[in-house]
Amino acid sequence: MTTFNLPDVGEGLTEADIASWKVAVGDTVEVNQVFVEIETAKSLVELPCPFAGVVTELHAEEGQTLLVDAPLITIDEQGNKPAPTGTPQASEALATAAPVASEEPGPLVGSGPTADSARRRTRLNRPAPSESGKRTAAARAGSTPSALADQISRRAQDLSAAVAREVDKRKPAMANFVDRVMAKPPVRRLAKELNIDINDVVGTGTQGEVTREDVNSYNAQRAAERDAAPMYWQKGASEETRIERIAVRGVRKATAKAMVDSAFTAPHVSIFVDVDASRTMEYVARLKKSRDFEGIKVSPLLVLARAVIWAAARNPSVNASWVETENGAEIHQKHFLNLGIAAATPRGLLVPNIKDAQDLSMRELAIELNDLATTARGGKTKPEAMRDGTLSITNIGALGIDIGTPIINPGEVAIVAFGTIRQKPWVVDGEVVPRWITTLGGSFDHRVVDGDLSARFMADVASIMEEPAMLLD
Amino acid sequence: MPRKAAEASDQGFIQILTPDGQRHSHEFYDAYLQDVDDQMLRDFYRDMALTRRFDAEATALQRQGQLCLWVPLRGQEAAQIASGRATRPGDYIFPTYREHGVALTRDVSFSEMLRLFRGISGGGWDPRENNFHMYTMVLAAQLPHAAGYGMAVNLEQHGWDEARRAAEGEAVVAYFGDGSSTEGETHESMVFAASFNAPVVFFCQNNQWAISVPFEVQSKVPLVTRAAGYGMPGIQVDGNDVLAVLAATRWALEHARSGKGPVLIEAITYRLGAHTTADDPTKYRKSAEEEAWDPKDPLTRLETHLRDAGLVDDAFFEQLAADGDAMAARVREDAMAFPVPPLAEVFDQVYAEAHPLIKEELAWHLEYEAGFADQAGNEGK
Repeated sequence: MTTFNLPDVGEGLTEADIASWKVAVGDTVEVNQVFVEIETAKSLVELPCPFAGVVTELHAEEGQTLLVDAPLITIDEQGNKPAPTGTPQASEALATAAPVASEEPGPLVGSGPTADSARRRTRLNRPAPSESGKRTAAARAGSTPSALADQISRRAQDLSAAVAREVDKRKPAMANFVDRVMAKPPVRRLAKELNIDINDVVGTGTQGEVTREDVNSYNAQRAAERDAAPMYWQKGASEETRIERIAVRGVRKATAKAMVDSAFTAPHVSIFVDVDASRTMEYVARLKKSRDFEGIKVSPLLVLARAVIWAAARNPSVNASWVETENGAEIHQKHFLNLGIAAATPRGLLVPNIKDAQDLSMRELAIELNDLATTARGGKTKPEAMRDGTLSITNIGALGIDIGTPIINPGEVAIVAFGTIRQKPWVVDGEVVPRWITTLGGSFDHRVVDGDLSARFMADVASIMEEPAMLLD
Repeated sequence: MPRKAAEASDQGFIQILTPDGQRHSHEFYDAYLQDVDDQMLRDFYRDMALTRRFDAEATALQRQGQLCLWVPLRGQEAAQIASGRATRPGDYIFPTYREHGVALTRDVSFSEMLRLFRGISGGGWDPRENNFHMYTMVLAAQLPHAAGYGMAVNLEQHGWDEARRAAEGEAVVAYFGDGSSTEGETHESMVFAASFNAPVVFFCQNNQWAISVPFEVQSKVPLVTRAAGYGMPGIQVDGNDVLAVLAATRWALEHARSGKGPVLIEAITYRLGAHTTADDPTKYRKSAEEEAWDPKDPLTRLETHLRDAGLVDDAFFEQLAADGDAMAARVREDAMAFPVPPLAEVFDQVYAEAHPLIKEELAWHLEYEAGFADQAGNEGK
């Protein structure tokens, strides 16, 4: 069996599309018989077969893009026909054929070959070429060879050290880079020109990136809202239009029902606590820089989520539900925590939850939070993601609000609200210093959670926000 | 009998074998075809056919990933074989990268021509053995070399009388194309060759396309008219007519060899295929144009002539086809079997004589290469 790999038929091409096969499995081919037509960035090319024999496998389907050097055709030079049962399908080989995603931008003509899979040859355990050899370049330069060689290698070391220092210096800036919302440069520019903070725009691209359409529709909506404002009161000029009637449907209806059910069945008690979250801010900054969190969005919400999980284990009655049964009411205390996150979405308020959040590491939790937020913002949250929540948190700080009274998600007995974090004067050891301050608010179903218990729970959450290192206990 | 330059330049478009295979007599150039007999015509056809077969095989090898690139010459066989056959062994030839037919006439083997394109050599043959220079990849870079070589010939032959020059003298043929014709080096070379009476025949194969640039963009006037500006004779010849090319090149070499200075020949031909295997001519020219050139194919017209004159039978062509296939198979086998030369070889090719720095660098390189754990083939991929 001989396999012929896709050659580079141009100069420095990296891939080609299979335009059409001229042979099928089982066909006999001669040397130089045209067996396939491929299309490269440069031209449509017929490939002549390098071997004579019987075709046993075609490694790609028509229309598929293959990388140069990927298997193309296998030929049995002995001329054995393949077994009748196993007529190989091209698709079977796709996995090995290194297919290229079609949306990937094709190479420009002559844009250079694919990087070799870098495989460094092992060196024998002996020094690389001696100094005497390295001197050769120096010999011509007129200086004493070894001195110059030494100088060069010292220079090289200095340079690489300087580069390393520079890289370290810029790492924090790079972390912001990694974290920021994805968008192509022209889209960023468009947003900038329209005076839109691209971080406010919900991305709907295939990778979650903000597209030109997203920016434009954001702009259109913003403009509509702005334009509508001065008109708003005028619309009430006639009797019929003085009151606008809006049908309550969908998520609005569900939200309304849930809130009414919750507010009028569960007697709410709300408590608030101011927290110095400076340590949390530092911790988040450290996580952003850590290699383990490369490419993962990290925010104080992550620390809050962890704090809530931690505090719930110490105060399990907050992670429960009130259940009316035929034999009277029961409190179901959960030994798992499905952490709900309230999210404003294009469909309205949704509270999807992270199942078994108690089992997740900090990194896993960060990934889950990201996924949940991305899915919710994209309006793609599935119903099962919103079922069986046990305890919820809501971040109301995003719009600059300090705190509010959250309403418990129906079926649960506690919710923690998280206000904006901003620098405020704070008294530390008798001195007023600027610190990062936030306010946490909690609402609890008083049927299940009494005041002291809710206070203990909130104090525990606050303590973690003040000192995340306590999580290590 | 040598003919005058003015007369040679004055002949207009030279065609002796018409596209339908008719051979016409030519008042001026017949004198240069006196020795052309039946066997010579058959040999011309054989050379052209084998070159075309080789060209097809090399193209296939490129498509199979065995060559990095190939430069096809299909359509230009007559211009190459006839001009090459017009030279003497002592004449020195500077080719472009497309002169596979000329190379054949200089006894460079087909297989050797593939080394460069297989990426395992900077040349592929020893130019001193056949007086056939290495292929030059940079457009027109070979023309200053040719002018300089011609000037050196004059120095070496200083004091020779015309009879001795005619008998023993050397000449130079510099090949180039319509694309190269607009390079600065072409101009400079022609100026120098003319000023110093260098025995250089500037042989342009005007194949109508400089990759995708058509000739009418390259020049508003026929290239041959430029010769007058440099003060050298210019001849425009049907490049697909093996006899016209032979006669014109012979006249030009005679003129140059005898010390009268350079000559420009513009051979009108057509590149029937792609510029290189990395090119797709369907993107810039119409198939109608290609079809219009088909009847002018140099092989077709010589075949018609040979058959009409009763000089060949079917067996001749069958045998030739079989010989071509055998040659192609051999070339393929040779090409695949070329050893990949050790990198250390490049150190041999920098200076003509031993050089202490190169020697030291070679020693360093060998020590470096020996430092790897896997010793199976120190140059393998």
